[in-house]
Amino acid sequence: MVETVLFVIFGLAALFGAITMVWARNPVYSAMGLMLTMFSIAVFYVSNSAHFVAAVQVIIYAGAVMTLFLFVIMLIGVDKAEDRSENLPIQRPLALALIALFGSAVVVAGRLAWTTGVHNPLDPVNGSVEAIGNELFRKWVLPFEVTALLLIVAAAGAIALAFFRDGDDAEVDA
Amino acid sequence: MTVTPGWYMALAAVLFVIGTGGILLRRNALVMFMSVELMLNAVNLTFVAAGRELNVLDGQVAVFFVMVVAAAEVVVGLAIIVAVFRRRQTASVDELSELRG
Amino acid sequence: MDLALSLIVLLPLIGMLILFAFGRRIGEPGAGIVATVAVAGSFVIALVLALDLFSGEGSVETVRWFEWLPAFGVEAELRWDQLSTLMTLVVTGVGSLIHLYSIGYMHGDARFGRFFAYLNLFITSMLILVLANNFALLFVGWELVGLSSYLLISFWFERDTAAAAGKKAFVVNRVGDVGFIVALMLIFSVFGSLGFDTVFDGAHNGELTGAMATAIALLLLVGAAGKSAQLPLYVWLPDAMEGPTPVSALIHAATMVTAGVYMVARTGAIFEVAPIAAATVAIVGAATALFAATIAMSQRDIKRVLAYSTISQLGYMFMAVGAAAYVAGIFHLMTHAFFKALLFLGAGSVIHGMSDEQDMHKMGGLAKKMPVTFITMAIAWLAISGMPPLAGFWSKDEILGVVFERGGLWQVLWGVGLATALLTAFYMTRMMWLTFFGEPRWDEGIQPHESPKLMTIPLVVLAGLSVVGGLVNTPFKLTLEHFLEPVFEAVHLAHAPEGSVAWILAAVSVAAGIIGIGAAIFRYRDRVPAEDGTGWRLLNNGYYIDDMYAGVFARGGKLGAAWLAFRFDVRGIDGAVEGVGSLTRRVGGWLRPLQTGFVRSYGLAVVAGAVGLLVWFLSRGGL
Repeated sequence: MVETVLFVIFGLAALFGAITMVWARNPVYSAMGLMLTMFSIAVFYVSNSAHFVAAVQVIIYAGAVMTLFLFVIMLIGVDKAEDRSENLPIQRPLALALIALFGSAVVVAGRLAWTTGVHNPLDPVNGSVEAIGNELFRKWVLPFEVTALLLIVAAAGAIALAFFRDGDDAEVDA
Repeated sequence: MTVTPGWYMALAAVLFVIGTGGILLRRNALVMFMSVELMLNAVNLTFVAAGRELNVLDGQVAVFFVMVVAAAEVVVGLAIIVAVFRRRQTASVDELSELRG
Repeated sequence: MDLALSLIVLLPLIGMLILFAFGRRIGEPGAGIVATVAVAGSFVIALVLALDLFSGEGSVETVRWFEWLPAFGVEAELRWDQLSTLMTLVVTGVGSLIHLYSIGYMHGDARFGRFFAYLNLFITSMLILVLANNFALLFVGWELVGLSSYLLISFWFERDTAAAAGKKAFVVNRVGDVGFIVALMLIFSVFGSLGFDTVFDGAHNGELTGAMATAIALLLLVGAAGKSAQLPLYVWLPDAMEGPTPVSALIHAATMVTAGVYMVARTGAIFEVAPIAAATVAIVGAATALFAATIAMSQRDIKRVLAYSTISQLGYMFMAVGAAAYVAGIFHLMTHAFFKALLFLGAGSVIHGMSDEQDMHKMGGLAKKMPVTFITMAIAWLAISGMPPLAGFWSKDEILGVVFERGGLWQVLWGVGLATALLTAFYMTRMMWLTFFGEPRWDEGIQPHESPKLMTIPLVVLAGLSVVGGLVNTPFKLTLEHFLEPVFEAVHLAHAPEGSVAWILAAVSVAAGIIGIGAAIFRYRDRVPAEDGTGWRLLNNGYYIDDMYAGVFARGGKLGAAWLAFRFDVRGIDGAVEGVGSLTRRVGGWLRPLQTGFVRSYGLAVVAGAVGLLVWFLSRGGL
């Protein structure tokens, strides 16, 4: 019962945040909407007993990533509201039609019976840090290390991109 | 009335479609980027819900990896947006159409 | 045993390598001595090894060098049996005499060392050919022989005619090789192996039947006809006289051209089950014998007479092996190697003494000037004319006897052979008479002289062999036949008649020879006829077969090539290539607007694809 209430409240919040993000002309509002959605999703993680993932969601996504977004928005200029006129001729009707089709396809998909993987007969999942850690450092240790490499590459790339200023055109273009 | 994983999946689908709409309709690069993040979150939600349904932890591990990759993507993507903005003074993707055939 | 047998092949190979590397430095006559010693060494080893076989105690030996083509059931393996022994002895024996002779003949040539390197290469190739224990290695030797003959024929490549002759020999041989290699493919498809034992045992045990046997045998005949200069692929041999005379003696008398005969004899087990093909071999041989003999009657160039004579004699050998008289064919191969090598070397001696004059109408009266050459060549002349008791008589008589004995239509071939014998006696007498008898008709300033000892010693040795060589297989004592019998266990050897028939046949063929000699002496006794009537011109030009080939194949090939180059290539190939290019450009032009440069358009396309896939999956009722 508690879960139902939580689902209704935070489901509506997530939808509201998502729509706000897409609809708002000011990017700051968009960012706020997305943050709301992410918090809601974190709540859903908790109700699905994914505690570790919920914590990471709040700290990394709602915290770090969204802060980064806000920084960039500030850097680029907050006041730049986007006008809503569409300059690509058939983009908007086509996009809306596709989205409608997508939505109805999802609805249809929900009505079908799906074959899924084998249902694990053990206890309900326990998304504690300990359980995830066991899983991650035993079964998935190699992918885990590879993600470390990926992050280093990404950091180096970001630094490289930020490093070259306008005066260094020749270097970049070369 | 209990909440089944199917509910979460339905919600995730709606969020995913909204994110798609953001990419197709907005032309601010930052907002498009946020839409991508929204779609990734929607997918994460389905992972967690499915993991609960099947009583396996793999879904949560997958979410973890998606998050790492998304973080890396955000770092590089935002760096690119900043670099482009420095040169063009715009964040609109429609201005960047030099590669027209 | 293994090492000694390998050395037979390796000695000339080592000689060749030494001469290729240091030939110029070793110079004259050292290079010739190295080459001669190498080949003579092979001969000595072969002779020693052969003694066991001669005494009837030795057995067939094989020497495996290395694993070569396991997929073809083939190894680099030598076979030492009676047939390959005999061939090896002929090749190395006659070969070393010719090497010795060449030291004198090639005196002063700028590329003295290179010449002997080529000669050793040739001997090596020929030994690989005759000693191979499977078709693949035989083919390697076969092709190497083709290569080295090309190098030797066009040795004096500064002369356009020599270069062209080498090329012609090479190309015509390739035509035959196509037949040979297809035959090898068919053999492999039937037996799954190219080893001699597997194939011949299989053929003997009835694994090869009817049409396939005939096809393989006929294709082998094509290959043999190319190498052994039989109709219709004989055209390269007369032109090959452009090479140095020892080369003619080596290639066109003793070794290379006999490869075809050897191959047919070796594959006797296949021809045994393909009687039609065997008869074809005999018919081709008989036709070639008569055809070439008529042309030989009219040639003025002393070497061309011998060239056509060789073709004609090879026809005899083909007739013999086609009639399943393999021993008779190999016997004639051997005696012919003796007296034809002698004739070529003698002709070389004459040419040498006449300061490179080859036209017999400008010779005459040389008997007194060149006594050794004259006497030795006279022996060869009588031998090839079939005069008893010289070598040629025994072998030719045996062939004619066997063919006659087969009866029926074979006796027509016997008639052809007899006519050829008459013509042979005629043209050889004509050659001898024009060269050595009558009034001198030399050009001004030519001082004929006898050749040096180095050249006359081989002549004397070969003359001795031409006299006694026939005694190894007389009707009174069939030594060679008994010697070779183990090789031909699988086939029914045809035998010569015995008793009174044999005597009558021998008398008839001797009579034919005497008539030929007499007619020629009568005709050229005291003057040289003009020899320029229509018939003579027809014969002199070899029935214009060369011109016909040039018109049909060479010109046709040129026209075809021109069509391909200027029509098909320009319109077809280039058109297709350029068409692909312009098609790509046009399609690219159509698709160009799709690349709008707007990221959101691309996004739209991606989503459209995703939705399309989703709808498709759902329409199928799930994944």
